[in-house]
Order: sequence, then structure tokens, then C-alpha cells
Amino acid sequence: MTDSRWEAVIGLEVHAQLATRSKMFCSCPTDYLGAPPNTNVCEVCLGLPGVLPVINRRAVELTVRTALALGCRIARHTRFDRKNYFYPDLPKGYQISQYELPIGREGRLEVNGRTVRITRVHLEEDTGKLLHAGDALETAGESLVDLNRAGVPLMEIVSEPDLTGADEARDYAVTLREILRAIGASEADMEKGQLRAEANVSVRPRGSTELGVKTELKNINSFRFLQRAVEHEIRRQIRLLESGGVVVQETRGWSEAEQRTFSQRTKEYAQDYRYFPEPDLPPLELDPAWVERLRASLPELPPARRRRLVEQYGLPEFDAGQLTLDAATADLFEATVAAGAPPKQVANWIIGSRPSLAPEHLAELIRLVVEGTINREQGLQVLEEAQASGRPPGELVRERGLTQVSDEAALAGVIERVLAENPRAVADVRAGRQQAIGALLGQVRQATGGRANMKLATEMLRRRLGS
Amino acid sequence: MSLTAEDVRHVAMLARLGLEPGEEEFYAAQLGAILAHIDRLRELDTEAIPPTAQAVPLPARMREDEPRPGLSQERALANAPAAREGYFVVGAIQEAEP
Repeated sequence: MTDSRWEAVIGLEVHAQLATRSKMFCSCPTDYLGAPPNTNVCEVCLGLPGVLPVINRRAVELTVRTALALGCRIARHTRFDRKNYFYPDLPKGYQISQYELPIGREGRLEVNGRTVRITRVHLEEDTGKLLHAGDALETAGESLVDLNRAGVPLMEIVSEPDLTGADEARDYAVTLREILRAIGASEADMEKGQLRAEANVSVRPRGSTELGVKTELKNINSFRFLQRAVEHEIRRQIRLLESGGVVVQETRGWSEAEQRTFSQRTKEYAQDYRYFPEPDLPPLELDPAWVERLRASLPELPPARRRRLVEQYGLPEFDAGQLTLDAATADLFEATVAAGAPPKQVANWIIGSRPSLAPEHLAELIRLVVEGTINREQGLQVLEEAQASGRPPGELVRERGLTQVSDEAALAGVIERVLAENPRAVADVRAGRQQAIGALLGQVRQATGGRANMKLATEMLRRRLGS
Repeated sequence: MSLTAEDVRHVAMLARLGLEPGEEEFYAAQLGAILAHIDRLRELDTEAIPPTAQAVPLPARMREDEPRPGLSQERALANAPAAREGYFVVGAIQEAEP
């Protein structure tokens, strides 16, 4: 957003469901997607009387890994607290969360070369799901509650208000997702609700150091919507202030259909969660030796790997970005280069759709194309067959006689025949209509069953027609 | 510290408690007495005592991430005042999520 008089101040709160098999405080399974309602539940996550929570070690581990990956200080002594409020998606009447002693604090995330400070990373439990008026199965005067999701481990990552625009807010969330996936903390699929973003947005006169009144944007379920919602909200606040109005502190939702944010009126009292230490859980001590082992086990993170791919292999930034979208793609790239294929060519073959081929086989295939034994089209054909059969590309090429026709004499014969059969196209080319040469090349390709060395054929055809 | 009738109404609302007319004063006095007692405790010199939220000197134990089946849907809904098609039924919720 470029506005000479105003600047935006944005902070993000991102919730990520952790990739555990069981819930945060009980052993119910977490794979609730597609499960019939209220089938992944037990006495603990239903909030029945007389039960006690027990902490899931893996959830703590994944939160510590995330906090470490974000450069946070890890608490030696941490604790869970009760956040009290009544809402039917939370059967206990409170959510077990962390308030004063989060697992991680004071971290940072590099976004497009800028440092965004991370305030805190803490662990809590997800809530159940409600079906409201207008949803399926709804009848007037009722809401329906499914508690399968209640108690799924949920991590909250809060940034400082260091983001300055809608694009940057989106890029922050995208970078965060990359990291969560790289360290295996969360599958972080926004459409499945595994990653949820809330944005605190305010504007202030450019250069001012005071913060303006903020609004909180919720109900954002894609990166694109996040970008649009923030952009719209910045514009709305600027318009409001320029016309002499004031921004009201409130929660606003994003309507994709109407491309605007709207006020979500809550009850008139201010939120009063009355946090207090969770009496059912003793304080949690994080053994520094364990934390150090987790730190040592962290993989190379995508931003660092991206920089290394550029430096080590001389790749363009764009290619490095595409290759590091997930770890498996970057792994295949590096293994294929190690198996003897040129880096830029490997990137071209992998970006877009990652072949499910052993690195040695992929390297062999790329060499066959680079060295001119087969053309790219044949290469794609061999790739398909190699993926289906698992057999080495070299073997497939020999067996199918898929070698490229690079013999000038053989090609010359084909070219003469094509010229004789297409006098009209020949005349067009001679008259200066260069695009007609494409039609002739197509005929050459067809006549050789796709095996012509097209680079050579193009040269020969141009020479022959003097174009 | 003394409580006003307004404080009592606020706390009652947060706890979803209904108050009869006149009960605000009754509870203001009772809750006020509890707070007065806490104020007395605060007079103690606790400078040398480390803060704690726990009386039991044990750190939390953690469990392994092993899923186990819980209750059947039928059992889960058995005590629900109202249930339909596998869901708990509650009064219509219209306001935004807290």
C-alpha cells in the first residue's frame, strides 16, 4: 500500500494445529476430518467431571522446535493457564492455554529480507465446531456442536506489529507455513483449518511513532484472502480518518463475496478471561539438555536453503524459491545434481511438478536430453514410462528406439518431402511470414514420429528457405 | 477493597449466574470479606519466598503421543439435554466467536 500520508501497522496471530496423532490433554485421535460428529471424543475433551488432563509430549516438542526455528528464547519453567469463557465449542467453560509463561518468546522471522519480531509462541487446545443458522442441518433457534476438534493441540505464534503492508502480511504467513512444514510441526493447510491467521491492523500518519486504533480481522482462510482483507482494511481506515471519522476497536470479518471487511458485533462487555494458573497441571519444566537436542535436530530451514541454492548452484532466486516450497522437492533437486545433471536443467525438470523418480534415474534422463540423444518431448515420454515402470531411462530409450534423429542426411530427406507437400506454407515463409515456419516444423516433427532433433531441423529449414 | 453492586453483576454475568433482586448487596458483602482477607495476607513480607502457582512440588508428567479410541457417539451424547444426528444441540449462537 503506497499512500504518502499514512502508514499501516500490522501484527499477525497465527494458529497452527500440531501434527500429532493424539489430542493435547487426552489420547483421542486427531484425525477428525471426515469423521462422524462426536466420535473422536472422551471424558477429558468432553469436559466431564472428575477427569484430569495429561500433557502430550510430542505437542510440547513440536512447539519447542517451532520456537527454536523462530529464534525464540525457550522457557526453562513454563506453565498452562485457564482462559475462562462460556461458549458451546468449549465444553469445560475454559480453554487450557498459556498466558504468563509461554514456551517461547522474543523470536524473529525474516520476510523478504526484513526482520519481523515474534512476541511469543505458546501451546493451547483447539475448540470444537459449531454449525450455525444457515449451515446444513440447522433448524431455527438451534446450533449444533461437534467436539471432535476440541482438544486438538494448537500452537499460537504472535508477531510484533512490525508488518507494514498487505503483501508483507501475506508473505510473513507464507514464510511461516514453509517453516512449520519443513520442521514437521504442522501440515499447515489453510483450507483444512490447520493454519488460521488473524491480523491486527491500524494506520497512523507516516513517520508517527504512536499506534493508531486497531481492528482485528478474523475468518481468513487463505493467503490470498489475508492479503485482500488487510489491504481493504488499511484503505477503509485511511478513508475513515481522512473524512474526519475515527476507527473503532473491534473484530471484523472478511467477506470474499463482497470484497470488504465487516463489523462482527460482539456482546457489549469487554473480554474478561480471568486467566489463572491451571490447577490440574503442575508447572512444566523444559529440560535444557532436551531443548538442545531438539535444536540440533532442526533441518536447514527454507529461507536459508533458498540462499544456499542460489549461492551453491548459481540458480535464479525464482527457481530457488520454487524448489524450496517443500523439502522433498529441494532434496530431489540436490540429489539429482549430485548424480551428475546440470543444476539449471534439473531445476527446469522439477519445478512445477516433482517427478517421482530416483535421483540417479532423473539425472540419467536429463543427461540424455542435454546431450541430444533424445529431444525434450521424448524426454517427457520417457519420464512418464520411467515413473510407471521404475526402469532406468537409458534402458527405455534403447529398447524403444527413442533416439533422436540428428542425422543431417536423414532430416534433409524429410524436410524436402515436407516442402514439396506444403507449397503454400513455403510461399508464405518466402514472402516473409515467419510464423509459417512453425507449421512446416510441425510437419517435420510428425513425419519423424516426434524424434527429430528440432533444434537441428529448425536450422536446416531456415538455411534451405534462406529465411 | 470493597465491591460495588456493579462489580457483583459483572462477575455474575461472567459466571452465568442469575441474581435475585437484593442479592447484589448480599454478595458484595461476602465477596468483599474474602478480598479483605486476601488484603491481610498481602501484608505479609514474602520478599524471600519464590512465587509459585502450585502447592505440590512436582513438575508435570508428559505422556507419549499414542492415540486410543474414546467414547462411542452414543455414549458421548448419552447425558446431553438435547442431541440430533450425532450433534449436541444448544440454543442458537449468533454472536461472533470470542
